[in-house]
Amino acid sequence: MSGLQRLHVVTGKGGTGKTTVAAALALALAADGRRTLLVEVEGRQGIAQLFETEPLPYGERRIASAPGGGDVYALAIDAEQALLDYLQMFYRMGSAGRALRRLGAIDFVTTIAPGLRDVLLTGKACEAARRQDKHGRHAYDAVVMDAPPTGRITRFLGVNAEVAGLAKAGPIHNHARSVMRVLTSARTAVHLVTVLEDMPVQETVDGVAELREAGLQVGAAVVNMVRPALMDDAELARAEADPAALAAALSAAGLGGASRGARAERLVAPLLRQAHEHTERLALERMQRAALARLELPQYELPLLTDGVDLAGLYRLSGELGKQWPL
Amino acid sequence: MSLDTAPRLDADALLNDPQTRIVVCCGAGGVGKTTTAAALGVRAAERGRRVVVLTIDPAKRLAQSMGIDALDNSPRRVAGIDGSGELYAMMLDMKRTFDEIVEAHADADRARAILENPFYQSLSAGFAGTQEYMAMEKLGQLRARDSWDLIVVDTPPSRSALDFLDAPKRLGSFLDGRFIRMLTAPAKAGGRAGMKFLNVGMSMMTGTLGKLLGSSLLRDVQTFVAAMDTLFGGFRTRAEATYRLLQAPGTAFLVVATPERDALREAAYFVERLEADRMPLAGLVLNRVHESDAAQLSAERALAAAEALDERGVDDAGAGAGDAAALLRLHAERMQVLAHERRTRDRFAALHPEVPVAQVTALPGDVHDLAGLRDVAELLASQEAPGA
Repeated sequence: MSGLQRLHVVTGKGGTGKTTVAAALALALAADGRRTLLVEVEGRQGIAQLFETEPLPYGERRIASAPGGGDVYALAIDAEQALLDYLQMFYRMGSAGRALRRLGAIDFVTTIAPGLRDVLLTGKACEAARRQDKHGRHAYDAVVMDAPPTGRITRFLGVNAEVAGLAKAGPIHNHARSVMRVLTSARTAVHLVTVLEDMPVQETVDGVAELREAGLQVGAAVVNMVRPALMDDAELARAEADPAALAAALSAAGLGGASRGARAERLVAPLLRQAHEHTERLALERMQRAALARLELPQYELPLLTDGVDLAGLYRLSGELGKQWPL
Repeated sequence: MSLDTAPRLDADALLNDPQTRIVVCCGAGGVGKTTTAAALGVRAAERGRRVVVLTIDPAKRLAQSMGIDALDNSPRRVAGIDGSGELYAMMLDMKRTFDEIVEAHADADRARAILENPFYQSLSAGFAGTQEYMAMEKLGQLRARDSWDLIVVDTPPSRSALDFLDAPKRLGSFLDGRFIRMLTAPAKAGGRAGMKFLNVGMSMMTGTLGKLLGSSLLRDVQTFVAAMDTLFGGFRTRAEATYRLLQAPGTAFLVVATPERDALREAAYFVERLEADRMPLAGLVLNRVHESDAAQLSAERALAAAEALDERGVDDAGAGAGDAAALLRLHAERMQVLAHERRTRDRFAALHPEVPVAQVTALPGDVHDLAGLRDVAELLASQEAPGA
């Protein structure tokens, strides 16, 4: 589809850090003088919290500069505002909007009517991806959407087809169809964020199948919060075989010897127990990696930041992503 | 204020109390809410109660962990519960629940008209808020049947924490709104001369709406609203009754979180919201908390010792040097995770020192059977007293 910039839709099970990954991706895409828009659709103000800034108003606002010069803009899409924009932009019906609000029709459309809310939210993101100035220059080089979780993503993106079917003619029908064309085009990709645990991986596998079934293009799997592999089964077996040697080494490292109440000896058992938990977790992670590999998607990994994700951490993650992901 | 001084949540006292009739688990997505609800159900049943767990999350694994192939809209007995109690489990089916309400409250012709309406079919399949309304409905139904002495509810993973509580109000304001009267007006107002002027305005509005939605959708909506007219009132009455039930003694809310910034921020939000709505909060369940039996050895000292071993090598520190260094690095990584979790938890405790807390240790694997749920419940119920 010409005249359209890339739209990256980022989803993931709750708790996997999809907002963080979406933000890191927007930063990486803005590197070297480009300009990206990061949009939020769930009204949680997660972007503002991540970038340590005050809540985002409805309106595109620059929130960060990317490495090498480049700008990240952010927008928290509000369904009601998007509807009024839409009425104004396409029908010059700003005043009708106010009348509709008085009647409660805006509430109806944005919270109760099936799917219309989601059409408005996806519609706004698609509009930003298509927007050009009068010289034909794109407003953004890429748009990144922090989308609803994996369990709801196909319905969220597919809603336009459903609404287009429900409203058989008229502007909503046309709008929903045009949004669907953007979402199913090769310029749009859905990326799934997961952690190496059973349920999130299972949800990712199911989500990929649903998205493909619905004709939506799946981009990458991003494995987030990966903890380092510090010891394997063979090393653990060797260590366990000679606890006396471990105690001696701990003692030599100044962690207390026999003369100091055998503290080094007493450390051995808990340290080995932790190592067992570690190798058990690594074994489970291998199974999850294998399940993800069967999806045949490009796969990128981000480390767990043990101090939590602050602004510096976010830039670090964005750098990691930029190194692995051919953007 | 740190978590070490926060009051401990006594889950057994809560579950043992025959006055406790409803336990609602709420919290952000991905914090183990559904597992917590199921574990509490197992625990209560094995302490002699007749329990039903209502889950919203279609997690197949959870059904399997209770020995049921698939959960559906009617409660299924869970086999393998020790003792005299009973456990049932069910999963909310939004569409089925909505259909049942229509069938129960409308005559056959009208029910058919509604069920066949395209607008209804989309609405009931789970758009914006339907899940929350239906969860409230189902909870009300289960309570009204009085077949169980304890209902454990796992709330929908909502876009916002508030949807579950807001469902009745939002429905109410919509039904009381002029918009719905306008939509139904063409069917009702015929022949009443005094309405004529009003109807001009209305037909203008319906004209605008028709332009927007397309006339066929508008017609579907109007037919739906007219057919549902009588049902809506009952719907609201029941939702409001359930809302009051949630405020009443006998209900206990548990906010579920993990020691992560976002999950605890959401938890704090829930705590404040429950307070504002005068909903009874029993406490916070903190899942996936990391611990160490060697916590006296700090991350810094462990890393320094590991480096010392690297430098001195096998010749100087003995054959165990390399392995000991690896064990120490592993310990340091865990201690860093612990320290981060502690800071996050302490921050919550400082904001809400009055909220009782139960911590559940992170398990290396996932829960996939009744024994696993039993273990989680045991961890949840055995909390050391503050300062112990």
